[in-house]
Amino acid sequence: MSGMASPVIFWVLAVVTVGAGLAVALTRNIVHSALFLVLTFIGTAGFFMLLEADFLAAVQILIYAGGVSVLLVFGVMLTRHGNIKLSNPLNRYKITGGIVAALLLLLTGGLILYSEWEVSPEALREQESTVSAIAVSMLSEYVIPFEAAALLLLVALIGAVLLAKGVKHSK
Amino acid sequence: MESLFINIGNLCREKVVELTEVLNLPEAFAGYFMVLIYAIAILTFVLLNAIVLVYLERKIAAYLQQRLGPNRVGPRGILQSLADVVKLLGKEDIIPRAADKWIFRLAAVLVIVPTVMVYAVIPFGKDMIAVDLNIGIFYFIAISSTATIALLMAGWGSNNKYSLLGSMRVVAQMVSYEIPLVFSMLGVIMIAGSLQMSDIVAAQKDMWFIVFQPVAFLIFIIAATAELNRGPFDLPEGEQEIIAGPFTEYSGMRYALFFTAEYANLISTSAIAATLFLGGPSGPWLPSWMWFLIKVYAMILFFMWIRWTIPRIRIDHLMKLNWKFLVPLSLVNIFVTGVALKLFSGW
Repeated sequence: MSGMASPVIFWVLAVVTVGAGLAVALTRNIVHSALFLVLTFIGTAGFFMLLEADFLAAVQILIYAGGVSVLLVFGVMLTRHGNIKLSNPLNRYKITGGIVAALLLLLTGGLILYSEWEVSPEALREQESTVSAIAVSMLSEYVIPFEAAALLLLVALIGAVLLAKGVKHSK
Repeated sequence: MESLFINIGNLCREKVVELTEVLNLPEAFAGYFMVLIYAIAILTFVLLNAIVLVYLERKIAAYLQQRLGPNRVGPRGILQSLADVVKLLGKEDIIPRAADKWIFRLAAVLVIVPTVMVYAVIPFGKDMIAVDLNIGIFYFIAISSTATIALLMAGWGSNNKYSLLGSMRVVAQMVSYEIPLVFSMLGVIMIAGSLQMSDIVAAQKDMWFIVFQPVAFLIFIIAATAELNRGPFDLPEGEQEIIAGPFTEYSGMRYALFFTAEYANLISTSAIAATLFLGGPSGPWLPSWMWFLIKVYAMILFFMWIRWTIPRIRIDHLMKLNWKFLVPLSLVNIFVTGVALKLFSGW
């Protein structure tokens, strides 16, 4: 992104993303909630793009924004009852919820404020790709977490197949 | 002829730069205006081709079924699509009373957004890519994966059981077939060693990738047909079962938007097939953009031929075909490609 426009784009994105995030929690209709979630994810992808992490932005859209449609289907299938307007109710744990949220805010906020951020001394060159850098570090430095994630996914896949297949009852 | 459109683009750029100087705007605005001009050019291309394709599809369907097809409006019915557009524009915009109104309205607009966005990375000719992203093909995959959301919104917002059933089918089908589609592209990407469209085209200078990746091409064609919701995989709108799926409640211009999106997706998918497997816009004698159009239309005609030849598949067969045949096959293809690449390039 060229220098002049990026603060404008940042603030537009920030307002949209945070607003959509709030709407996810506050909307009573679960389908609307899920749709606002898509908007939040797309906003996040916009931030990645602003930071010149174009590969991450595309991954964000593919995995999250694209994948949400599946979530939406589940939302529709599992919660559809008489009145859709009450499908995403607010619960009554106001104090507990408040404490948990405050603690989480303190934790993440503290970490953000007190960690030392590395600022790249020069902007990424126009045609330089982040893809190969990610690929190399994924298959060298972080190969064990990468394989562990692959294993986890495999377990989930086999679990899903078993669940879908069901248990045969012998008579 | 070769650089006809590039010259037009350069002319526009000159004029825009002059204009920003006259209006005393910052230099960056010239860039924004150029983006706008590219967007308008792409939209024009999409809409014009969609109109042509509607006529083409009806004629081809008719000939394959030994009918005449549209033959009343203009010579050989060539103005039929134009008449239809006028009719659709004039139709009343009906929104069902029980519909989720905002979602119903938004869906018809949102369906066209990812459809047009993917055109940014399509190489229409030599040096004729609007944005030559370094993640080009991955951008295409990511953006087109969001197309399901609009169709799901349409089905949900209509508040009609056939629409909802149709949109459930859309999600099931498009999410599943995305996997072999991406995997089949992976073989090409492995050989080209890049996600950038211009690199992929350049890598096919000596030989088209369809020769190295025939299996991937086959998987791509099948998966793309399913992604486009075209026959034999047109279950989301299977007329005999669920009327028109997510589009059941739509009429007038909103329906036309879904229709346009469908044909625009057909063009972009054919363009991707031409770029990945048929050498993109390269060819002898003719200018590159003309070669690209020829290849794209060859792919489109192929898709139409399939649609009107093969009857609709059953939904459980559809899932079985994907998970038990296409996904394993595409994984094997990736493996074989990797081994072959290593063997030929040396350890």
